[in-house]
Amino acid sequence: MTYLIDRRFQGKNKSAVNRERFLRRYKKQIKQAVERAIKGRSIIDVANGEKVSIPARDVGEPSFGHTHGGVWEAVCPGNTEYLKGDRIARPKGSGGGGSGGAGNSDEVTQDDFIFELSREEFMNYFFEDLELPNLVKTQLASTTEFKSQRAGYTVSGTPTNIHVLRSLRGALGRRIAVGGASARRLRELQEELEQQLLLEPADDEAVMRLKKEIEHLKVRLTAIPFIDPFDLRYSNRVKVPKPSTKAVMFCIMDVSGSMDEQKKDTAKRFFILLYLFLTRTYDEIDVVFIRHHTVATEVDEDEFFHSRESGGTVVSSALVLLADILRERYPAGDWNAYVAQASDGDNWDRDSVTCRQILDETIMPLVQYYAYVEITDGEPQNLWYEYELIANDHPHFAMQKIESPADIYPVFRELFRKQPQ
Amino acid sequence: MTDLKMPTEKRFRLPDQSEWTQDLIEQIHEEVGRVARDFGLDTYPNQLEIITAEQMMDAYASVGMPVSYNHWSFGKHFMSTEKGYRRGQMGLAYEIVINSNPCIAYLMEENSLMMQALVIAHAAYGHNSFFKGNYLFRTWTDADAIIDYMLFAKNYIAECERRHGMEAVELLLDSCHALQNYGVDRYKRPARLSLQEENLRQAEREAYLQTQVNDLWRTLPRRESLDEDESHPQEQRFPGEPQENLLYFIEKSAPLLKPWEREIVRITRKISQYFYPQRQTQVMNEGWATFWHFTLLNQLYDEGVVGEGFMLEFLQSHTNVIYQPPVGSPYYNGINPYALGFAMMRDIRRICEDPTDEDRRWFPDIAGSDWRSTLDFAMRNFKDESFIAQYLSPRLIREFHFFSVLDDDENDKLLISAIHDEDGYRYVRQQLAAQYNLGNREPNIQVWAVDTHGDRTLTLRHTQYQRRPLNQQTDEVLKHVARLWGFDVRLETVDPDGSVLFSQECPWDKRHRGH
Repeated sequence: MTYLIDRRFQGKNKSAVNRERFLRRYKKQIKQAVERAIKGRSIIDVANGEKVSIPARDVGEPSFGHTHGGVWEAVCPGNTEYLKGDRIARPKGSGGGGSGGAGNSDEVTQDDFIFELSREEFMNYFFEDLELPNLVKTQLASTTEFKSQRAGYTVSGTPTNIHVLRSLRGALGRRIAVGGASARRLRELQEELEQQLLLEPADDEAVMRLKKEIEHLKVRLTAIPFIDPFDLRYSNRVKVPKPSTKAVMFCIMDVSGSMDEQKKDTAKRFFILLYLFLTRTYDEIDVVFIRHHTVATEVDEDEFFHSRESGGTVVSSALVLLADILRERYPAGDWNAYVAQASDGDNWDRDSVTCRQILDETIMPLVQYYAYVEITDGEPQNLWYEYELIANDHPHFAMQKIESPADIYPVFRELFRKQPQ
Repeated sequence: MTDLKMPTEKRFRLPDQSEWTQDLIEQIHEEVGRVARDFGLDTYPNQLEIITAEQMMDAYASVGMPVSYNHWSFGKHFMSTEKGYRRGQMGLAYEIVINSNPCIAYLMEENSLMMQALVIAHAAYGHNSFFKGNYLFRTWTDADAIIDYMLFAKNYIAECERRHGMEAVELLLDSCHALQNYGVDRYKRPARLSLQEENLRQAEREAYLQTQVNDLWRTLPRRESLDEDESHPQEQRFPGEPQENLLYFIEKSAPLLKPWEREIVRITRKISQYFYPQRQTQVMNEGWATFWHFTLLNQLYDEGVVGEGFMLEFLQSHTNVIYQPPVGSPYYNGINPYALGFAMMRDIRRICEDPTDEDRRWFPDIAGSDWRSTLDFAMRNFKDESFIAQYLSPRLIREFHFFSVLDDDENDKLLISAIHDEDGYRYVRQQLAAQYNLGNREPNIQVWAVDTHGDRTLTLRHTQYQRRPLNQQTDEVLKHVARLWGFDVRLETVDPDGSVLFSQECPWDKRHRGH
């Protein structure tokens, strides 16, 4: 007897559990590998999942075995030139593999263990331990979000919500309640009838009466409906308002002439990283993109990352626009506001002082966190010194310097690492 | 093969197409089965399962078993297979077959119709009959119960994880896996497996085992026995004789293991025992299966069931499988068991049917005998080592151009100790057979002694074979032994005369034992 079973549609991903256990066990190594992989890589590649390699000795499963040394004698196929008694030099490399007898030892060479992470997994490792600091303003009042929650059973509702178990339990109870007396009487009569039949002939009047009553009771009992609209119960759900945390992130990028192609690229990569992090980690977040040279404009995501417009530099223009938007659209009571600014630090001399004033007086009281990134490989410029003054006064102001693309990830991690509670 | 025999009765004819359908698979299976029975192959009933490439990778990761317990190492194997497959660096095996009753053979959906027929002939009749017939499988494995046992193991280990935490179970399994090759009774026949009995006896066994262990480690030794000890230290040796089965010894005698831990040690030991015959019959098993797919499909061709297109496609796969690259070729990776096994099986048939004078001199018993019963006898009663020692003919040694190389680290040059000539046949054959002796391949490490009255140190003895040193993982493995044993472990390396050359210590920090 043969069985041919088509298993193609059952039990995929049987190894998922084991795979996950592997990832959990080697989390530390994988995270290091991910960080290594990130360096100097364009963000688009980062988002595509990654081949990760960790040293084989870390994931090894040791076992007793022989290694080279001592006497090995091996039979090999394909002799072309040797005769008995020939002496040949020991082959170099691979520990005497090839024609050498030592190729027989069961030792495996130690390559790195390489495997692939999906995009999702990769990003998880990538953004682990990062968060927006000081995310505190949580409000209930104007919520539009509700979550639905179980709340017992009701006697009315839509057919999809019928709770079968409850309904049938009710029906059973009703049938017992309504029919119980009749059923008991029926049993009594049937016993009586049996007794009578032993004593009397079948056409006796008492027997006939009993039979008639039994018939009557049976009809009554079958008339009780198995299920009645009265029995139906419906699962009940109620909507509960869900507290929500609203956050907005302002991305401010300097696109002035002093930012050369490479610096702009670095800035964009920093913001793409930030954008990926925000959209992955937080469901509800607004992102506002502001770019500026001498004039600041609010742009959409596409334009922010791809437009090539350029000009001189007035940083304060962006800060003024930022303050306006904050006041108009994101009242400080309801919103957690964050700002990330990237610039090469090159600014009109007098304007840097203005910037400090705007920040100090207007913006800093309104935002939860302000991160400034200066992209330059030279000496810090005037804007940096002005901002240092702000950092001294406001603990929620952070500034970092990016000298080369390889710094992007470490700086990013530094700015958004989880604060110890 | 060009003169087609006209079939006398109207036979099923396999259409010349590469797409398979379930009907076609059933029909070709029937044909292969008919021919196989004509040749006298005795098999378990077959269960063919069609699976996807992903499922094949799952099967790979759990060594082919349809159910297995969870462990990260299976995940690791899965990931490396997956990577290799997705990047196109390696293809998946065409087939996996499980030694169970019914015998489960996987057919991959990507296979062409020809490949499905080949897999059916190879796995469902070749391997299947080998599993049923070979003495090692008959003695050591229990085809009726293995799937049930794996299910028991999976559930038991999952239950342990719930009760004692995933990490504790994982660490224990790591240690057991490190000793898996030393969890085998080489000589004693194992007891039969049964799921029901396993469940029933398990509680009983737990209690009983604990009492046994407690007895051994009685903390208040009787006065007189202590005195006796000092006068006759030999009599109190424990274990009485060296033990080759490390996991068995640990399961029965490790003082601090909890009952559930003993049970898990036992599970890994049982599973390793189940795979032990496969490791000893690679050449024979693959050779037998390859010989039969070749013979069966040729027979079907002769009968007109399959056409020439089918045969050409088949021969291409077949020759790929049995290719033996010569040493020194970049593709050389040891002796191909398919090539050697297939060549030997065919050679036995040739010796039976068409012996030369040389064959009559070397194999007087089988030259000219009935090839089917001779092959059947060979399949049933040998393992790789003895099979080669018995049947490797001078002709094959010549065809393979076998030669033997002696690599002694005390000489700076390798010595060619024998080649394929009259002088060397016996020597080459003997050497090749020894190469398949698991006892030589794996270091001989046994439990030597336990310091029952002192600090409970466990001493293992490695008896050196041909002065071969142990590999660098030895330290790691000793740590695993120490974890299972719960006290210090020492590994002594002795030369064949029994004098200790050197020893390695692996102290066990008691603080590790958190629970």
